[in-house]
Amino acid sequence: MTTEVDSASEVKKESDQLGADTAKENPKETAENQQNQSSEPSPMAESQSSPRRRQKREKDSSEGRGISRFIPPWLKKQKSYNLVVAKDGGDKKEPSDAVVEEQILDKEESLPEEERQAKGDAEETAQRKQQEIKVAVKEERPSVSSAETQPVEVKKERNEEKVKEIAEDKSEEAAKRETKEVQTNELKAEKISQKTIKKTKTVQCKVILLDGTEYSCDLEKRAKGQVLFDKVCEHLNLLEKDYFGLLFQESSEQKNWLDSAKEIKRQLRNLPWLFTFNVKFYPPDPSQLTEDITRYFLCLQLRQDIASGRLPCSFVTHALLGSYTLQAELGDYDPEEHGDNDLSDFQFSPTQTKELEEKVIELHKTHRGLSPAQADSQFLENAKRLSMYGVDLHHAKDSEGVDIKLGVCANGLLIYKDRLRINRFAWPKILKISYKRSNFYIKVRPAELDQFESTIGFKLPSHRAAKRLWKVCVEHHTFYRLVSPEQPPKAKFLTLGSKFRYSGRTQAQTRQASTLIDRPAPHFERTSSKRASRTLDGDTVGVVDESLMKDRPGPGGQVSAYGPGVVSIAIIQDGDGRRDARIPTKGPQVQLIEGKKSTLRVEGDNIYVRHSNLMLEDLDKAQEDILKHQASISELKRNFMESTPEPRPNEWEKRRITPLSLQTHGRKGDHLFKDVLSMKEKYLMASSRTVEEKAQEADKKRAPESEGPYTGASDAVKSSHETLNIVEEKKQAEVGKDERVIPEEMNGKEISPGSGPGETRKVEPLTQKDSTSLSSESSSSSSESEDEDVGEYRPHHHVTEGTIKEEQEEYEKEVDEEPGQAAKVVEREETVPEASLVKQAGASVTTVDTVIQENVVTLKIPAEKSINEGVVKQDMREETEDEQHKVNGEVSHVDIDVLPQIICCSEPPVVKTEMVTISDASQRTEISTKEVPIVQTETKTITYESPQIDGGAGGDSGTLLTAQTITSESVSTTTTTHITKTVKGGISETRIEKRIVISGDADIDHDEALAQAIREAREQHPDMSVTRVVVHKETKMEEGDE
Amino acid sequence: MGTPGEGLGRCSHALIRGVPESLASGEGAGAGLPTLDLAKAQREHGVLGGKLRQRLGLQLLELPPEESLPLGPLLGDIAVIQGDTALITRPWSPARRPEVDGVRKALQDLGLRIVEMGDESATLDGTDVLFTGREFFVGLSKWTNHRGAEFVADTFRDFAVSTVPVSGPSHLRSLCGMGGPRTVVAGSSEAAQKAVRAMAMLTDHPYASLTLPDDAAADCLFLRPGLPGVPPFLLHRGGGDLPNSQEALQKLSDVTLVPVSCSELEKAGAGLSSLCLVLSTRPHS
Repeated sequence: MTTEVDSASEVKKESDQLGADTAKENPKETAENQQNQSSEPSPMAESQSSPRRRQKREKDSSEGRGISRFIPPWLKKQKSYNLVVAKDGGDKKEPSDAVVEEQILDKEESLPEEERQAKGDAEETAQRKQQEIKVAVKEERPSVSSAETQPVEVKKERNEEKVKEIAEDKSEEAAKRETKEVQTNELKAEKISQKTIKKTKTVQCKVILLDGTEYSCDLEKRAKGQVLFDKVCEHLNLLEKDYFGLLFQESSEQKNWLDSAKEIKRQLRNLPWLFTFNVKFYPPDPSQLTEDITRYFLCLQLRQDIASGRLPCSFVTHALLGSYTLQAELGDYDPEEHGDNDLSDFQFSPTQTKELEEKVIELHKTHRGLSPAQADSQFLENAKRLSMYGVDLHHAKDSEGVDIKLGVCANGLLIYKDRLRINRFAWPKILKISYKRSNFYIKVRPAELDQFESTIGFKLPSHRAAKRLWKVCVEHHTFYRLVSPEQPPKAKFLTLGSKFRYSGRTQAQTRQASTLIDRPAPHFERTSSKRASRTLDGDTVGVVDESLMKDRPGPGGQVSAYGPGVVSIAIIQDGDGRRDARIPTKGPQVQLIEGKKSTLRVEGDNIYVRHSNLMLEDLDKAQEDILKHQASISELKRNFMESTPEPRPNEWEKRRITPLSLQTHGRKGDHLFKDVLSMKEKYLMASSRTVEEKAQEADKKRAPESEGPYTGASDAVKSSHETLNIVEEKKQAEVGKDERVIPEEMNGKEISPGSGPGETRKVEPLTQKDSTSLSSESSSSSSESEDEDVGEYRPHHHVTEGTIKEEQEEYEKEVDEEPGQAAKVVEREETVPEASLVKQAGASVTTVDTVIQENVVTLKIPAEKSINEGVVKQDMREETEDEQHKVNGEVSHVDIDVLPQIICCSEPPVVKTEMVTISDASQRTEISTKEVPIVQTETKTITYESPQIDGGAGGDSGTLLTAQTITSESVSTTTTTHITKTVKGGISETRIEKRIVISGDADIDHDEALAQAIREAREQHPDMSVTRVVVHKETKMEEGDE
Repeated sequence: MGTPGEGLGRCSHALIRGVPESLASGEGAGAGLPTLDLAKAQREHGVLGGKLRQRLGLQLLELPPEESLPLGPLLGDIAVIQGDTALITRPWSPARRPEVDGVRKALQDLGLRIVEMGDESATLDGTDVLFTGREFFVGLSKWTNHRGAEFVADTFRDFAVSTVPVSGPSHLRSLCGMGGPRTVVAGSSEAAQKAVRAMAMLTDHPYASLTLPDDAAADCLFLRPGLPGVPPFLLHRGGGDLPNSQEALQKLSDVTLVPVSCSELEKAGAGLSSLCLVLSTRPHS
């Protein structure tokens, strides 16, 4: 295996290098270069691909298929070497269990590749056979053009650490999907192939429980965290498990929570499969827990916390808590039994003194009559009041380099210097939480008298520490503050950050679920490991024979005494916990009243953002603006119309608006995108989705229009949680406009830089208008560009679906007004590069298409309807407007003048392919789809372009400063971001192309996905405008369906 | 620990220290202070002791005045007491540091756990510390530094200890106080309001706030001697001293207002919080 792996790694390196090279080249060259770049990689891919295919075919019979289906084609390309890996997979089976772990470790890295291969294989297979999978996007071989940036990006990704994660996500996602369909296949395959496989795939996990005992079980190698967690909870007979989690020790100083939604293996990397079971969310009021057993585990955790010093308390409190511990574990004080007992078995405090023990005994005597459960309750009642109860501390430095600690708790974020609390940010005060590299940022609402939000940055010891803190914040906010978890950002277009969201139940949900618990109080023994020996001697403590243990309900797990002398085991029997009781409500569905109040939101909630601070700031800038914005969209329009060089606000709006073009088309539907699945956005935004026809139709109905930036921004749109977030930002942005306009211009430049680590953003606020050049900061690092480098999170309120609809309507209204704005947005855009892209057309377009192929985009739908008429090209903006109206059927747009859009619809000869291109007259690009769609595939492409006013259009190629490509993957979405900075004429432009490939089932709401993508794009790059959106939808037709 | 907030004001004893003649002479640490009427000051001090003993029913211990310690009566600066623990401070003024000895001994004799500040770099005036029953706020003022505040945190580990920037020559307690377990009273000065805002931001707990016209009026003591059936007391500056704030103080319900005067002692920088230490010898019972 090793050798194989190595080869694979080598390949990676090569690819990486290539990527790097290309990247380097980019800067020098202009947009044109980009094309080249794109093309370059492709050849490799192809070359690689051929061998692959063979192999794949071979393998097809096996597991690979399912996964492969989900994997985007471009990924496949890269992985020619993957094949080797895949083989490894086969090999894996062979190794004996003992060896398994190590192998796994080795393989972990390789795995993604394997998967990819598998995916690739699957694709092929898919092509051959039309499999059930609707989504199958891959069929179309990645055309060279499509290769474009992707290859490069991919390579880079690999380089990045995060890449792995991404890969994980993909794989996971893929795995999930497959699970249903594929798994069956796999199972079959496995059976067929060999039994040995099973061996290979199981790994022994050890979990140290709160009582110090160790639970071990065998897990499938690819098992997700949830599987293990469920097993442990089952073993513990714990129903109220949402407060708990599994930790693994990443380093001597850092422990990470096992993400239940991800594969364990990928989280552990090379770490041993050793976990500790801990309380993750400390219930603010333990008395509200339903079961004593839950309180018991909480007590055990707190005792650990106290003994370790994590939970500091006074002498008196140490004594008091210790006395309750004795009461709970030993019962009433018995002079004969306990009188001369050595309490050294117990650890009541980090530094235990005789005096303390005496005090404990003294207090213990006063608890006579308390049952163990009562003693635990008393323990908790006192412990919960400790100031550090439930506070998760993270070491950091403030902006001045002073050592501080950040404490994440139920109420927000606490800042400590030494032991002193020097600041506190309640969740409602936090607008955004983000991290970039090793920096962690929070953006807080303006104080009463302040007009502007401020962003506060902290320096964490490492990037991983920053990410970990960010995740903890996201989780805590969600758990304590939201009624239901936020939907993880399914598709992030322009987003470069982590998609992480808390996926578990919130406190509200778990409480609700707890009320449904209906079982007799489970019997369990209270024993702390430390006094295990004693327990055995004197008390009833459960016996711990392993044999017994095995028999126990624990799901297949074995309990073994952990630690030297410790024998006692607290095992909870009663296995039947009713898990039914815990009906996980689907977070998203939960309605939050709050959500609707967009306005409220302004004050209220937080946003987790993943950009650079700067970016965030821009976005947030104006809550006020937001309000205003909503109120006076029309005004905005005017502004745009007037082309008044209003500072950023306009741009913000523009961005937001930009989608309008889409909206216009979509408006018919007037539907907001409810679901944001996956979207690809190119720099401007090109998204293509492949969807089943049905889905498409559905989508059509849902007008993409809803997307309108405003929409998102406007309250109405909150439909999806994310949407909400977006909305907030938008609002804010708007707010900022009027007031901040001037400042923003000033600031704008600065702001942009922060964006993603990997991203280079130049804020060209009014570039066109003002032509002020903004200094663009490029976040460095393509290398760092890892998705995870940056994370943003915005706390929001959830909205009910019902609400959503209403909002949508509103939204629509707004939309009408918006168009004008959108137009402006377009104008400002940095078009130049884009133009070039467009012009390059054939190739680039193709690329897009290719990408698109996999993606399913709803946008197409609207386009189709409106566009079906034919290709409309208008040189004149005015005309364009008219046409747009026509096309869109929208009447309301009055302001539209600004953006001339050209809509081109062409149907590819082959199969069904529709392409709609909207572009400036000048830039008009006709996209010819030369690709021959694969059989039974429906491909639709819609391109929205904003006219480039500056005319930099392709022609101006300024000096290319930097070029970066970042790729991120999520379950159903692959996002490739290409960032190019160019300086021309003293104006720096940053162009970001995002390609989002969404592969999904019919269920995907493409419209929403697109909408979200656009929103995200705006959010992420508030200062930028969306110039072009290309949606390519490829649908596999079921045979006979045609 | 008791119920949060319930511990506020629990007391069985009060400790005061007599007014030396040196206080009126402007000697020692009192240098620069305006001259004051010694007799009036002593009279005020005597009245205060009487109220504590008779009106509130506390056991009163009075340390004898020492001429070498002109500011000795301001023993609120010398110790921070919560529960069974007393933190002996390290006053900002070096001249006042000898004051700790007598106070330490008295508190020790009362059975309190004594915690010392050993750090030479730390300064802490007790009247920069506000205990709300749920948490501590320590004013970072001219008198108290971060290191000093740290000792508060290290000493009273059960509680959150937050730092509040205090501008100007004031101590935190001369700007605000507790009018009840959940009520913060504060003066209307900019410094006082600023401190309150800072506290509001730092706290996890909801407090009501009452703004009084005079900062000095906010330097009141919420005391709960534990007499059965008797509502808690609020020892505050009376109408003779601060007529403008009396009406606002009436808004505090559930407390028995006990007005006292210390306008003369105030000239030496004294306030109600600095003129006495209250404690309970059985804080956990």
